[in-house]
Amino acid sequence: MDQHQKVTVYSSESGLGRPIHLVRSMFADLINSRELAWRLFVRNFSAMYRQSLLGFVWALVPPLLTALIWVFLNGQRIVNVEDPGIPYPAFVLTSVLLWSVFAQSLVTPITSVLQGKSILVKINFPRESLILAGLLQVLFDFLVKVGLIIAVLIIFDVRPAATAWLAPLGVFSLVILGTCLGMLLLPLGMLYTDIQRIIVAITPFWMLLTPVIYPTPHSATATALNNFNPVAPLLSATRDWLFFGATDFTVPFLWITICALLFLFCGMIIFKIAMPIIIERSGS
Amino acid sequence: MSDEVLVRVENVSKKFCRDLKRSLWYGVKDILTEIYGSRKEQDHLRRNEFWAVKDVSFELRRGECLGLIGHNGAGKSTLLKMLNGLIKPDNGRITMHGRVGALIELGAGFNPILTGRENLYINGQILGFSKKEIDKKFEAIVDFAEVEKFIDTPIQNYSSGMKVRLGFAIASQMEPDVLLIDEVLAVGDIAFRIKCLNRLSELLSNSAVIFVSHNMQQIAKICNTALLMKSGTILGHSTDIHQITEQYFDLVSSEKQIVLGTGQAKIHRFIINDDNDRTLEFGDEMAIQVFYQIDPGVKGQHILIMNFFDVEMKMLSSLSSEIIDNELAWNLRKMVVRFKNIFNTGRITINASIVEIKPDGTRGTFLVNVQAIRVFYTRSNSKAAAGTLIDGVWTQLT
Repeated sequence: MDQHQKVTVYSSESGLGRPIHLVRSMFADLINSRELAWRLFVRNFSAMYRQSLLGFVWALVPPLLTALIWVFLNGQRIVNVEDPGIPYPAFVLTSVLLWSVFAQSLVTPITSVLQGKSILVKINFPRESLILAGLLQVLFDFLVKVGLIIAVLIIFDVRPAATAWLAPLGVFSLVILGTCLGMLLLPLGMLYTDIQRIIVAITPFWMLLTPVIYPTPHSATATALNNFNPVAPLLSATRDWLFFGATDFTVPFLWITICALLFLFCGMIIFKIAMPIIIERSGS
Repeated sequence: MSDEVLVRVENVSKKFCRDLKRSLWYGVKDILTEIYGSRKEQDHLRRNEFWAVKDVSFELRRGECLGLIGHNGAGKSTLLKMLNGLIKPDNGRITMHGRVGALIELGAGFNPILTGRENLYINGQILGFSKKEIDKKFEAIVDFAEVEKFIDTPIQNYSSGMKVRLGFAIASQMEPDVLLIDEVLAVGDIAFRIKCLNRLSELLSNSAVIFVSHNMQQIAKICNTALLMKSGTILGHSTDIHQITEQYFDLVSSEKQIVLGTGQAKIHRFIINDDNDRTLEFGDEMAIQVFYQIDPGVKGQHILIMNFFDVEMKMLSSLSSEIIDNELAWNLRKMVVRFKNIFNTGRITINASIVEIKPDGTRGTFLVNVQAIRVFYTRSNSKAAAGTLIDGVWTQLT
């Protein structure tokens, strides 16, 4: 009978007029959507791979190919990369896989919501479940990538440093940063297809500007560049923790992670209040 | 019916933009004003905007079923989307008590590659059931949908009827306080539709239902109150379903008179009673006089046929005369048909035709066929005096 007391009011007022209620309902929706998020993840996963022979191994193919190309270019001295201190293939593959976690987190919010657009415009269900389902996909792909990293470390006989247990924290930060940026771009991205295109176009260049295929540079210009690139400290710190021990980037790492968490929270709130408007403009 | 108001709609309005690019831009601006919290009541239209819904108010109690009718584009689905919480009203407020369920998109979330069983769980959870609840209702759902043998086959192999049955079976297991239905009963075969209507009647007793449909028979069958919308506003709201549907039909223009046939005959005049009445009482004596002529020289025999249609072009009755020799009609001939008006209240359209009778007694071509030769209206003083046509057999109820 408790259900019968539930009263929902829809009006033209902005949800931000009652912020506490808004935040509470956002968290309530997040919790309510766990089961649905899991089921959506399983549905997307099954649908993607049921008709495929190689299945989830495909998640590894793009980073693997990128790494192979750079190993080749470096090995043939076509490009001259500074010696990172550990075998270059292991270095570059790990770095590229870490970057791919960020890159995937960046696009997942928009692609998840676009994928669910047909249901969004017809049925009222906890929309956060789409975002959570996307995150589960990122997490799953990461676990597969970890398998590859471990295999590569074994093959090239690289010992992880003592601080390697901090690396998952670094990955967590990368995911948070990517998701935060993805969520902030989501409202605009749902209205204009340009946003998705810009992200897809910029990502390869962004990777080259981040110390992914080369070790973290210490020159003045490079450091200045990295000051504007939030991914750089996160990726460098994670890599340092994994292979080398101490890192110079602990402080920026913490700052960026905290800011990313805050902005992610803002992004979730904006998502909640913007979705009705986006749905209205999306047709039926 | 209890006194518990489950749905309260107060002065709700919604505007849309016709131009896509401008609409997207307005979307951006709306999101920004939403974030900065300065979104006040919107009374004016920006460029290229129009009101899809304007100033709609009504209440609905438990046990009431509201039939929402109107032409395409009247704002019914928009209103339903607002009630469902998908879009926000630009003006006014909507208050929903209890759990809201929707039979709007059957089979939402279905993925063709996955099996019926997997899709059942997905769809159920999207609609708000927990896994435990679905486990409990699984047998009942599969039973209702009659897909036991195929529950583990991919949905892409289902016929469209099976998909709709499965979607409806899942959605109708909900026991919401407010149920929103948007034209889902238009698909499916007759057996399915009967099953659905029965299930809806069961759900009706415990909830408030808003039912959007173009099928007036269905509306008349299950609704106890009706709302007529036109271009976003309410034209009529009453518990007299018949009156509302008539109001709706009055908005639709009547058919034009079309003359077909070989042209070997002409109907010159068609008079009902003394032709000043376009409105006749139920039970009145009707005398239809038909003045017609067949072209001189056309030999053979003919009959005169009169067909009576209602607004939805369903044939209510067909009257035909005895076989007459053509020679008798080479000069202007008058034929009179008398009967008691037992047509149900509403607008009636008459088609009249003269059909050739071949020597072996079967019907030949139309010598003339006049569609919509006359339109008249039936009114009834007393509701209890209405008669109905059942299966083509006249049934006098008083």
